Amino acid sequence: MIVGELIKSGPYAHTENTVQRTMFMVLLALVPATVFDLFLFGWPAILLFGVTIGSCLLAEAACLALAGRPLNPLSDGSAILTGWLLAMTLPPWAPWWIGALGAVFAIPLAKHAFGGLGQNVFNPAMVARVALLVSFPVAMTAWVAPHPIFSAGAPSLAQSVAITFGAGQPDGVSAATALGYVKTELSRGIPVHESLEALGRDSNMTWAPDLMDLATGFEPGSLGETSAILILLGGLFLIRKRIITWHIPAMVLGTLFVMGTLFNALDSARFAPGLFHVFTGATFLGAFFIATDYVTSPVSKTGQLVFGFGVGLLTWVIRSFAGYPEGMAFAVLLMNSLTPIIDQYTRPRMFGRTRKGEPLPLERQG
Amino acid sequence: MKLHPIRGGIHPEYRKELTGARATEALPLPARLYIPLQQHIGAPAEVLVCEGDLVKKGQVIARRQGQVSVHHHASTSGRVVEVTEIPAPHPSGLPQPTIVIEPDGRDEWASLPEPIADPFAASPRAIEERVAESGIVGMGGAAFPSAVKLSLGIRQPIHTLLLNGAECEPYLTCDDRVMREDAAQVIDGARIMAHALGAPRVVVAIEENKPEALATMTVAATAFANVEVAQVPAMYPMGSERHLTLVVTGQETPARKLTADLGVVVHNVATARAVHQAVRLGRPLIARVVTVSGKALREPKNVLAPIGARVSDLIDFCGGFSQRPERLVQGGPMMGTPLPSLDVPVVKGTSGILALTAEEINDRPAGPCVRCGACVEICACGLTPVELAAHIRHDDLEGAAKLGVMDCVSCGSCSWVCPSHIPLVHYFNYAKGALHALERERHKNERTKRLVESRAARLEKLAAQRAANLARKPKGVAADEVRA
Repeated sequence: MIVGELIKSGPYAHTENTVQRTMFMVLLALVPATVFDLFLFGWPAILLFGVTIGSCLLAEAACLALAGRPLNPLSDGSAILTGWLLAMTLPPWAPWWIGALGAVFAIPLAKHAFGGLGQNVFNPAMVARVALLVSFPVAMTAWVAPHPIFSAGAPSLAQSVAITFGAGQPDGVSAATALGYVKTELSRGIPVHESLEALGRDSNMTWAPDLMDLATGFEPGSLGETSAILILLGGLFLIRKRIITWHIPAMVLGTLFVMGTLFNALDSARFAPGLFHVFTGATFLGAFFIATDYVTSPVSKTGQLVFGFGVGLLTWVIRSFAGYPEGMAFAVLLMNSLTPIIDQYTRPRMFGRTRKGEPLPLERQG
Repeated sequence: MKLHPIRGGIHPEYRKELTGARATEALPLPARLYIPLQQHIGAPAEVLVCEGDLVKKGQVIARRQGQVSVHHHASTSGRVVEVTEIPAPHPSGLPQPTIVIEPDGRDEWASLPEPIADPFAASPRAIEERVAESGIVGMGGAAFPSAVKLSLGIRQPIHTLLLNGAECEPYLTCDDRVMREDAAQVIDGARIMAHALGAPRVVVAIEENKPEALATMTVAATAFANVEVAQVPAMYPMGSERHLTLVVTGQETPARKLTADLGVVVHNVATARAVHQAVRLGRPLIARVVTVSGKALREPKNVLAPIGARVSDLIDFCGGFSQRPERLVQGGPMMGTPLPSLDVPVVKGTSGILALTAEEINDRPAGPCVRCGACVEICACGLTPVELAAHIRHDDLEGAAKLGVMDCVSCGSCSWVCPSHIPLVHYFNYAKGALHALERERHKNERTKRLVESRAARLEKLAAQRAANLARKPKGVAADEVRA
């Protein structure tokens, strides 16, 4: 018989799209920002990037082996993507064990403990980042100013090996991120608008960002926190390729901007302006690459709008009122926990039924 | 005409170019014809011939049984070789009673019913009767007896006959060819059906990817003020009855109702042509256009095949296989069913025969769901396949029923779009079957319970009566005594 097994019903046509292709496109979208940022932060960043992704792959392989599953899911790209995103949220000159430990948080704990790909409730990269941040606050907030790879001040490869695998970050290079600076100054009683002005002038920071610097990436911070423009381009590429839709990013950015602008207008001494919120921190990375994670965000478009709004709002709340200068990771995790409930209340209306699921009343015509 | 949007839908590769430009070719008479008694939804027909009988083309060889059933006719003249059981053109391949005819090559017509000269003067019931005795079923694939659908006008007023020329299934071009080659017959058949239904308006809905059919049908319709041609977007599942009704009329069919409840009846374009031939010429449905396509075929074609020709006859007529097909499908690739073998016959509902390569099917082993939400976005029924699948996987059929699995039309869009290649519609078909079985079981239990209860009540009543009689007797005696 030329027909083979008959049990499976149709269709006998399928899209060309696969999970692998999706993951590959996301990685591709991250490449420009990553390459530029690795250049900005030099060899230590490259080493940490390699260690983080390598550890994630190792952890994935170990988990699959332990679960007795075939190792080919390694090729689905999800572990690489998790490692990549995690690496982009770490201080670029952090020691190697931050990356390795992050992989342990991300892959076995945040993903495989829940049942592997597709089953996790929380975004693995964000779980790892938050776990590292609360466990090792010093190492996780040791930001450096950019040292472009071939510039005079940049560490050589040998020095970089020492930074990543040995003595750690040398003295005198640490710098505050824009968000961190404003928060610290505010806690010292300096109004936001004054510290923003100070940010604009070449003041006590080793690097002086203005809005343009924030956007292009010449500022202290993690890989994903800088070069907002390249991240934005990557995100637009994903929308263009229909890997993600505009719903989550637009709501995250829109909510942050509106809240920032509104409260800044009310009290500019206390609250940073909207554009500052949009262009600093991990806003673009979070909006386009983290909050849009399929597994941990709602499935319907309405749900995604609610989710994006929540991420934007919580990020603004944490940045404005909480102890941490950046709140994107916390906001994403909090909204992840709400995803099942959002899904439940934002189901589409069924054909021929009311929102409550009752059959529509019969309306004749003609 | 103002069209109304529907939710969801997909744009698969249509691959209609394989056969769309080729004119229909008639299949030479095969050595034998195999005409099953069950080619339609409803009760199988009752066989009227036996081995050795000589039959003429168009002669009734099986009579309908019950309201939802149709006659079957000899597709050509010849001798009945046997009435036997052969595998049905159904995925199960289970044997079913079939009349085998050996053509004599003369292709001689039997005496046919008189043509109805002016169908618009004839009573709707006369049209319906002619359609029933001509063995006409819905030719879009469902094969529901058309006469039953024409009688819907009795129960409620019908304002629109919607003629379905969407042909949204990939590959299939048989309806396209019928519209391009026989537009006048299709329009005439539609007008006759509208008359039978009492429908003042006819709308022919054709997807925009069939410009020639749109043009010829528009020309054929110009003479009639009440016939309109609507160009609808090319999108799967546009041809779904409820969805097409919504697009064309803006009326959404409530769950568990029919489009007829809204005053809309949907018929396929090839059915309309069959009605034209039955009414105007007295000819029964004994042949149909079948799209024989797929990249495993040497020469894909649209074939006018007599009912009962075997699939292998059509494949041979199309030059045979150029490579080993991964799968043979009856119907379109989205909702078609796998063919159990090449020996099964073409029946009245066979719109396509596809010999598909692995590359065309592009199936892969199912991976884990990553909750991308694509299935939710494209579901034309507004369901959440991702959730339904999760419930069904955990054997929570009641949960799946609450989320609307019974409203699923099995169009297969979710399975098509899934990047993890999860066979979602397979899950839903399973759940629907299991839920139906549960429902039947529950119904049966309730009936049994009612019977038992009523028996108990009856017995109780009898006992009470007997007791009352017993109690009355002495009292009666006493009364008698008093009177005495």
